[in-house]
Amino acid sequence: MREVAIVGVGMIKYGRYPDKYVHELGAEAVLEACKDAGIGVKDIQLLVSGNLYQSNAMVGQRILHQIGQTGIPVVNVANACATGSTAVREAYLAVASGAYDIAAAVGSEQMGKMGLLGGRGEDPYGRGHPSEGHVGSGIMPTVFGQAGVEHMRKYGTTFEQFAKVAYKNHKHSVQNPLAQYQQEFSLEEIMNSRMITWPNTLYMCCPTGDGAGAVVVMPADKARQYTNAPVIIGAAILTSDPWSERDLALADVNTLTRLAAQQAYEQSGIGPEDLDLVELHDCFATAELLHYENLGLCGEGEGGRMIDEKRVYHGGQIPVNVSGGLLSRGHPLGATGACGIAEVVWHLRGQAGGRQVEGAKAGLAHVIGLGSACTVHILKR
Amino acid sequence: MATQQQPATGVEKKPVPIVAYLHLPESPDDEPYLWGNKCKSCGAVYVGSRMACSKCSSSELEEIRFSNVGEIWTFGVVHQSMPNVPTPFVAAIIDLPEGASVRATVTGLDPTQPDPAWFGKKVQMYLEKAYTNKQGDDIITYKYRPVEGS
Repeated sequence: MREVAIVGVGMIKYGRYPDKYVHELGAEAVLEACKDAGIGVKDIQLLVSGNLYQSNAMVGQRILHQIGQTGIPVVNVANACATGSTAVREAYLAVASGAYDIAAAVGSEQMGKMGLLGGRGEDPYGRGHPSEGHVGSGIMPTVFGQAGVEHMRKYGTTFEQFAKVAYKNHKHSVQNPLAQYQQEFSLEEIMNSRMITWPNTLYMCCPTGDGAGAVVVMPADKARQYTNAPVIIGAAILTSDPWSERDLALADVNTLTRLAAQQAYEQSGIGPEDLDLVELHDCFATAELLHYENLGLCGEGEGGRMIDEKRVYHGGQIPVNVSGGLLSRGHPLGATGACGIAEVVWHLRGQAGGRQVEGAKAGLAHVIGLGSACTVHILKR
Repeated sequence: MATQQQPATGVEKKPVPIVAYLHLPESPDDEPYLWGNKCKSCGAVYVGSRMACSKCSSSELEEIRFSNVGEIWTFGVVHQSMPNVPTPFVAAIIDLPEGASVRATVTGLDPTQPDPAWFGKKVQMYLEKAYTNKQGDDIITYKYRPVEGS
C-alpha cells in the first residue's frame, strides 16, 4: 500500500439552504477542495460521494453534472452517520492500492428541519408495527441517552458532567465561522433547556441541517508537487459492530469504537498520547464522554474527570471538538465524516483561525453511525 | 372515538403481537411470553430468531422461552418523541435471566424523578393493547412494571 496524503479540503458553512439542492452543496465543497489542492475537476480520477437520505439518487453523478462530466468512476456510499468518512476511506484505499493517483471524496446532506431521527426505512411489504413508546424507544436521543445512563451506573457519572460537554462544545463553536450555531450557553441554560430524553436536554442534542465537505487525496510523493503541507493519512479504519452482550437491544457504541481506535493506533504508530486534537462523534453530549475512554484518551471510568478538569477544552491536555462538534457545528449526516477530517487538516496546516490548536502535528477524527459503522482516521503532518 | 366497522364474518379477529418475539396466549390456560434463539454451540442468546449465531457463526440454534421477569440495566426518560406518542415515559433496557436483553417501556416509576435506584430493579412483564391499526387489528405490546416489594 502506498502512503496517501490529503492535498485539498473544502467545506461549506453548515445551515439550512432551502434555495439549493444537495448536489449543489456537494459541488461547492468539491470545487473548494480542488482549488485548495491546486487541481481542476478534470484531474480527478475517482469520485466517492457519501449521502444518506438521498442515497438512491446518484448524488455523486449529479455533482459532476454541475461541475464536470469527465466519465470517471463515481461510487455512491451510505453508512449512516459514518457516510462521509466512509467515502474518504474509499478514496484513500483507491489511491493507497495504486489504482488511482488523484481521488476525491465528498459528503453531503440536506435534512432541512427534519426533527427526531428514528431507525429504519419502510418495509416493501408493510411488515412491522410502529412501536415507539410501546416497546421503549428507538429515537436517537434515547439510544445515546441510555448509553450515557449506563456510564452513570458503572461510574457514577452525573447529568451535570454530561451537560458540561455541551457547554464546552458550544463555547468552542464561537471560534468556528463554518458552524451552524456559534453561540455560547451557560451551564444552567443547558441543564434547564427542554428535556428531550433524560439525560439529554435540547442543547445536549445535535441539530439537523444541511452541509457538505470534500477531500482530495494523492500518493504522498506526488502530493509534494502540489503543496508544501501535505497531511498524511496515518490510518483510515472502518469497523462494524462486533457481537457484544446487549448490542441488539441497546446499540453498543463503545465496542466498535474501541476496535477501530486500536487498529488506527497500531496502523499509524501514533498513540492517544501523541495526539494534539480529536474531533469525535458528539451527536449527543452523553456520547462524547464515553468516547474519551473508548478512544483511550483517559482510563476506564475517567471520562467525567476529563470534562470536570477541562482537559478536553481548547488549550487543555487533549482538545476535543474545537470545531464545536456535532452539537454546534451541526450534523448533516452524510457530510459530517468528511468535515471532521477537513477540520483536523486545517489544524495540522495551521489554518484553523481563532480555534487553531497551536503546533498541532497529529489529530484523530472519529465518527459512528448507528446500526453500526465506525471510522477512525489519524492524520499527521 | 368511533370504533371502526368490521365486516360481520362471525369470526373475531385475533390480536396481533407488536413484535414477532412476543407470544400471545392462544387459549385460556396459555401464558404470554417473549421468545428467542439460543446457540447450542456457544450459548449466546438472542431475542427473536437468528439464521445463525452472530457470536460464533454456528447454525445450531434452539428456541428458548424467556422468563416474564427481568432487571433494569439502563434507561432514559423520553420527554419528546414521535407525533402521537404520549410522554414522558421510561424507556429501558431489561436484562432477562436467560442472558438476553430487550427494549421496553417501564411503567409504575415516576418519570419526573429518574433515580439510580432503578438500576437492577426487578420488573415483571405484562400485556397491554397498544392501538388498533388501519386494518382493524388490535396490536398488543408487552411492558414491564416493578415487581411488588422490589
